[in-house]
Amino acid sequence: MKHHLVLRVITKTLIPPILLFALYVQFHGDFGPGGGFQAGVIFAAGFILYALVFGLETARQVVPAGTLRALVAAGLLLYALVGVASMLLGYNYLDYDALRADDTAGQHLGIIVIELGVGITVAAVMIAIFFSFAGRPPRIKDEDW
Amino acid sequence: MAAVAICIVRLRHLFAVVMLTGVFSLLSAALLVQLDAVDVAFTEAAVGAGISTVLMLGTLTLTVRRERVPDSMPIAPLAIVFITGGALVYGTFDMPGFGDPNAAPHQHIAPDYIKGSEVDIDVPNIVTSILASYRGFDTLGEVGVVFTAGVGVLLLLSSGGIAGRRHGRDPDEDGKDQSQVGEGEAEEEQSGPGQTGKDKG
Amino acid sequence: MLELIVSHYNYWVVIFLMMAGLYIVVSRGNLVKKIVGLNIFQVSVFLLYISIGKVDGGTAPILTGQPEVFSNPLPHVLILTAIVVGVATTALGLALVVRIREVYGSIEEADIQEANAETEYQEATQLEAAQKSEQKSAGAAS
Repeated sequence: MKHHLVLRVITKTLIPPILLFALYVQFHGDFGPGGGFQAGVIFAAGFILYALVFGLETARQVVPAGTLRALVAAGLLLYALVGVASMLLGYNYLDYDALRADDTAGQHLGIIVIELGVGITVAAVMIAIFFSFAGRPPRIKDEDW
Repeated sequence: MAAVAICIVRLRHLFAVVMLTGVFSLLSAALLVQLDAVDVAFTEAAVGAGISTVLMLGTLTLTVRRERVPDSMPIAPLAIVFITGGALVYGTFDMPGFGDPNAAPHQHIAPDYIKGSEVDIDVPNIVTSILASYRGFDTLGEVGVVFTAGVGVLLLLSSGGIAGRRHGRDPDEDGKDQSQVGEGEAEEEQSGPGQTGKDKG
Repeated sequence: MLELIVSHYNYWVVIFLMMAGLYIVVSRGNLVKKIVGLNIFQVSVFLLYISIGKVDGGTAPILTGQPEVFSNPLPHVLILTAIVVGVATTALGLALVVRIREVYGSIEEADIQEANAETEYQEATQLEAAQKSEQKSAGAAS
């Protein structure tokens, strides 16, 4: 897709707002529609757009395979560790009242941290799946569609 | 949406089918907004019209473009569909009317969650507060499912991409190793139906 | 009668979509099309549950500080989870389709069943031939 000038320019302009929107949706999930899943998917969509327009190899350099695999596990681990932290402080598993002196503030902190974990895992998994599909040599050439 | 569904049933050019599936997801997202489910509509639009369509197109470049014409009129599936549909319609006569505020699902725990989201958790988005706090364990399981799907796809499709080139030879995967070494050429022409060279483990 | 239709038409529309999805899964042999049918089925199930949760005159379940009637948020939460699980299943199914295509050379169900039957037949005849030659050599040795 190197010769599609309009596509490249527009993509370069659009990808930062897409990633920013994903972060906005992630952290404003408490106040409006949004949350971890939506944010993770939008974040992955930004990277997929980059891979589609600029080539899979460039995208693989931006997100190396080892980092991707680590991120996939890190989000889930973060979520589970919040629950363990609650247990270590004497409350039930995943009881966010434990995290702060004030119950409500503890709930806020707990919700933000686990939504972050969810967002990280979902984004990393979607990017990894796309890279796996796109990394195989295609059987149908572009002209045959 | 019913019209789109019928088109998807009848069409045989798979590219058009995938595109219409994206349209279907987008229309369902619009319908969900009408039904006051904004979070769900957001997720359905992002996931259904975005990721699903991209993955299906990716699959199509790796497989065929057209579906084969079925040989005979499918009587049995039509019969199954009509009988099941009839049974389901019969079942809906007992269900509450559309939008009835006194229906059973709205009585038991939903008012507690709505109140609790304001008083205990102090988070305006009630769906987030239920998802993350009241039903947080389910969300942990869901992230586990996403993780497992990612691991599964990486295991299935990682020929030389994510896992790096393998230098040893696995006895189970003769064809796969050939494709790694000759990446970029036209390979896999030797894998046909009824491969008897494959080890049955 | 008219009242019954007006109060239940949402279920019937959803059931029609569900049956369209089910028809695709049952009757078409192409694996990608089956997965598309499964997706349609899933979306129609989501619509069913969300339409159960709708309250007349309610709004989206986001607190604004004013007392108002909200639509039931519990189905929203369950369906959110279901959507993500659905996309995970679709991704895994499509990965399986790609691998099936590589091994069998086709993604039509009839071809795959034929290839499997042929392999089983060949294996069975090979096993029979091996057993026969074993018996013969055992008979010749004794």
